[in-house]
Amino acid sequence: MSQAAAKRQKRGVPEGLWQKCPGCQETIYSKTAEERLNVCPLCDHHFYVSARERIVQVLDVGTFEEWDADLKPADPLEFSDKRPYVEKLKSEQKRTGLNDAALTGTGMIRARRVALGVTDSAFFMGSMGSVVGERLTRLVERATEQDLPLIIVSGSGGGARMHEGILSLMQMAKVSAALARYGEAGGLFVSVLTNPTMGGVAASFASLGDVVFAEPRALIGFAGPRTIKATIKIELPKGFQTSEFLLEHGYIDRIVSRDKLKSEIARTIDYCGK
Amino acid sequence: MDAPGPGFEFEQPIYDLHCRLRELDEQSEKTTEVEDEVRGLRREIADLTKQVYSDLSPWQTVQVARHKSRPHTVDYLSLAFDEFVELHGDKHFGDDQAIRTGFAKLDQFKVMIVGHEKGRTYKEKSACYFGCSHPEGYRKAMGKMRMAAKYGLPIICLIDTPGAYPGIGAEERGQAQVIAENMYAMSRLKTLIICVVIGEGGSGGALGIGVGDRVAVLQHAYYSVISPEGCAGIIWKSHEYASKAAEALRFTSDHLKKLGVVDDIIAEPLGGAHRDHHQMASRVKMYLIKTLNELSTIPVDDLLQQRYDKFRRMGVFLESGESAAEATV
Ligand SMILES: [Zn+2]
Repeated sequence: MSQAAAKRQKRGVPEGLWQKCPGCQETIYSKTAEERLNVCPLCDHHFYVSARERIVQVLDVGTFEEWDADLKPADPLEFSDKRPYVEKLKSEQKRTGLNDAALTGTGMIRARRVALGVTDSAFFMGSMGSVVGERLTRLVERATEQDLPLIIVSGSGGGARMHEGILSLMQMAKVSAALARYGEAGGLFVSVLTNPTMGGVAASFASLGDVVFAEPRALIGFAGPRTIKATIKIELPKGFQTSEFLLEHGYIDRIVSRDKLKSEIARTIDYCGK
Repeated sequence: MDAPGPGFEFEQPIYDLHCRLRELDEQSEKTTEVEDEVRGLRREIADLTKQVYSDLSPWQTVQVARHKSRPHTVDYLSLAFDEFVELHGDKHFGDDQAIRTGFAKLDQFKVMIVGHEKGRTYKEKSACYFGCSHPEGYRKAMGKMRMAAKYGLPIICLIDTPGAYPGIGAEERGQAQVIAENMYAMSRLKTLIICVVIGEGGSGGALGIGVGDRVAVLQHAYYSVISPEGCAGIIWKSHEYASKAAEALRFTSDHLKKLGVVDDIIAEPLGGAHRDHHQMASRVKMYLIKTLNELSTIPVDDLLQQRYDKFRRMGVFLESGESAAEATV
């Protein structure tokens, strides 16, 4: 196996006919996992799913209408490390088929119209820069105007995107402020946390759901485990910063496996009369 | 003047002049020539200090923002405010020393203070984790801010933190949750809020008390999505590239203003805030009084709308067919 393939498998991205599951270390038939919404048939490990796939999994067939697809990232800092940010953006765009890390729009869940946002952890680690912040803010504002239930599925290992500097940090405040207005207007926000949801994404919209769901065994937290380890210089407890850890400490409402996600969202909307 | 420590090598020429000045001062016989030289030296020191401090690199700015003698929240409390009545505790878990809160008087205004505190002595520093707040600090801040809104007190947030604390307890008690909730609540709080970054504006830890009607930054403070060391660690896998990262992140006051992230820059005394606490405090005081006067005439609904619009505008992106050049700031 090439090094690149090994690296990708570690992140749980299915590739080829067979793949090794990072949950149970067994080699499984990719097609079987795909049929189960990218969940391991042996151990229930939840693999990565792209934003587009997620939309298909959550919405009624053919009902998605994308919003603000024409927004594209810029390079306000003219950020460059080993490679210029604009070049990296281009290669991420080519690799993922997305122009930034979030897709937003409207569609139906069991015949209920909703506003849906999904971040894709494969694009710049799902980090939030100006485009993600702006798309989500517009999504929340439209959900407010049209009185739609709001669902945001988060996947972000990157938090606020470093390459757009302080402007990325400010997106946290921008989206949170829009959610505060939506909440005051009586909106229902269901936040779904997937592996991983960290940093500035966890510390803003992802934690602000009226109801917060998490996929099993997702990594969720503010500071990265490596940063914490480097600071406190002791081993981290087993299961630290997982969905189960957050449930135990009272920060999420339910752990929901992927095959139940759509029906759990529909039921919540139903209970809240939205 | 103290000998320039690590990171302050740029002060060496100023220090050398100070040494010469001290030598002359110590001479028992002061001839006219000596007095002339002393006068010349003083002028030279002032000119050189001005020159060095008007051209700090971003990494040098970080050193100044972290200077061990830089005025902290407690210094502003004693120098700029007439009274400080500390209110402790988050009524939930504890009393985080990294965020201090309480009533204070400023001119004719009664206000609520919320400020990061880094501590000065080793004991103080370790008690407040070098200004890195735990969730209870943010909860305490929010509790006091809600009370301020209830009784119509303006809120003043003094931001000075390397970041929110990364630890096991902090995660267990919802570090991400409290920062998110604070931004959410501050954006709708029905009283005026002024935030001033007085030293380090460390990422989410800063923003957790950073949503306000006006956000100002001291001239040599900085406000960043990530620490320069953290950024260097990710990109170059080594903290040694921190100065390069500091350059790339564009987090100094002039950039913050240009990017629309801060409204105002408060000038520091010659050679940085650490050289003259009194003057720095009086400048911050003047800024706060001016801004309080200005904002207190605005009806609260308009204030909330303006606060929303201010953060709503932040961000740079391309829309339908724009080219990259048009969107750069
Ligand atoms: Zn498995």
